[in-house]
Amino acid sequence: MISNLSVEHVTGHLLGRSEAGPVLLGSRCQSCGEHYFPATSSCTRCCGTQLSESVLGNHGELWSWTVQGFLPKSPYNSGESAEDFQPYGVGYVQLPCGLKVESRLTCADPQQLRIGMPMQLVEVDYGRSQERVLRTFAFAPASSPQEKQ
Amino acid sequence: MEQIAIIGVGMHAFGRTDGVSGQAQGAYAVRQALQDANVRWDQVGVAYGGSQDAGNADALSNHLGLTGLPFINVANGCATGGSALASVVSALRAGTADIGVAVGFDKHPRGAFNPRPADWGLDDWYGETGLMLTTQFFALKTQRYMHEHGISEEALVRVAQRAFRNGAVTPHAWRQRELSYEEIAQSMPVNLPLRKYMFCNPAEGGAALVLCRASDAHRYTDRPILVRAAVMRTRHHGSFEVFSPALAAEMAPAPTVTASRAAYEEAGVGPEDIDVIQLQDTDSGSEIIHLAENGFCEHGEQERLLREGATDIGGRLPVNTDGGCLANGEPVGASGLRQVVEVCQQLRQQAGQRQVPGAPRLGYTHVYGAPGVSAVTILEAP
Repeated sequence: MISNLSVEHVTGHLLGRSEAGPVLLGSRCQSCGEHYFPATSSCTRCCGTQLSESVLGNHGELWSWTVQGFLPKSPYNSGESAEDFQPYGVGYVQLPCGLKVESRLTCADPQQLRIGMPMQLVEVDYGRSQERVLRTFAFAPASSPQEKQ
Repeated sequence: MEQIAIIGVGMHAFGRTDGVSGQAQGAYAVRQALQDANVRWDQVGVAYGGSQDAGNADALSNHLGLTGLPFINVANGCATGGSALASVVSALRAGTADIGVAVGFDKHPRGAFNPRPADWGLDDWYGETGLMLTTQFFALKTQRYMHEHGISEEALVRVAQRAFRNGAVTPHAWRQRELSYEEIAQSMPVNLPLRKYMFCNPAEGGAALVLCRASDAHRYTDRPILVRAAVMRTRHHGSFEVFSPALAAEMAPAPTVTASRAAYEEAGVGPEDIDVIQLQDTDSGSEIIHLAENGFCEHGEQERLLREGATDIGGRLPVNTDGGCLANGEPVGASGLRQVVEVCQQLRQQAGQRQVPGAPRLGYTHVYGAPGVSAVTILEAP
């Protein structure tokens, strides 16, 4: 149905590719070892400026969550109106390195979200702008199928 | 160190005042404060102030009079008022002037804030994909806090219930209708666990203070309020702040904690000495967290304190006696000084129906906001 629409990956530059799918890319401070997402050139922990690219992985545990219950104003660009807005989950997912990454969640049902549950990085189409489908990274409950929406 | 006193307080009603600009509301508050202090604008030797959405504070001179005074614009988000106050205190101590004014005002568009990512050092994707909302941050911080410290949704409802109950006995409050437990608990989910009546709204209003050295204060008033501490702090690496695409592995205390500790140290008092308290209540969860971060209880103790009514006007820890941000709305630039005005009125025992009983001696105010700033004051009765 959407085959004739082009895809704009709004956060494609924040992701790398692995055999298992997308991975988050960030930075690691060469002086103190602190991790950052997205990639940055300065360390706010030790004030260092030597940072290298770091693959942060594709899975973690849900550290906190909420459900966005109203249509955000611009710059949110999903193209929805207040009438057809679909609430979406938002959370912090704690990665194995300890960093907690803020992300949309594929699940917006409060009954199915709990702190500590395993989460998997996926990509979702969250909106439409003119003839383009807008795509971003998201985390899904690890037990559910990782299908694109 | 030279003691500084507040000799006049003024406010323009918070809420919505169509047809009156934010700057006009700020100027109104300054005039009220000058009248309260028996001081003329041309006697003021230094002024600090600001707004987030209503322009520069020094433009208030176009309303008040072009007297040539140094009028410094402050832009510290939610800590704008606290920063202005701390700056006036420093200027008076340094001998810059004999009389100083701190003023905050604002006039926000209706609805949630929609900040531009670039203004906060973030890239466009963060806003475009729906992550750049202050309400999300407060919900995410509250959710985590409830999980770690065993706080229930009941506590969130009780904070809002008390705010609107206090607002109902505050003549200048925006929201003056008491809300039932059920009305709050069943209101629309905004960002769960936080619902409609657990959030304050961006609004309009103005608040102003006139200050001088305490040794001169009795020339102007017989009810000066001593500023025992006025402190502003910014975040450390690792604290959980709004507009954070990621949080550090190792967490650090919030700027509230560092501002609070510094204020107690400056004043030489502890949380157990405080008789009336104003805490940033952007939402119910924030107030709960701030009660502990400012040292008034242990983490997790809030649930019991709220159920027992300890934070009510007649309780052991009276919090947000005028209904706080929940009942007054949040004009960002003015909010911190609204807290100071309320505490001054409590310490002067001029708070009417919402007066804390037993002649409160020490009052406390606290603001917190984006992008991780906090300001705390400790005030002493005449």
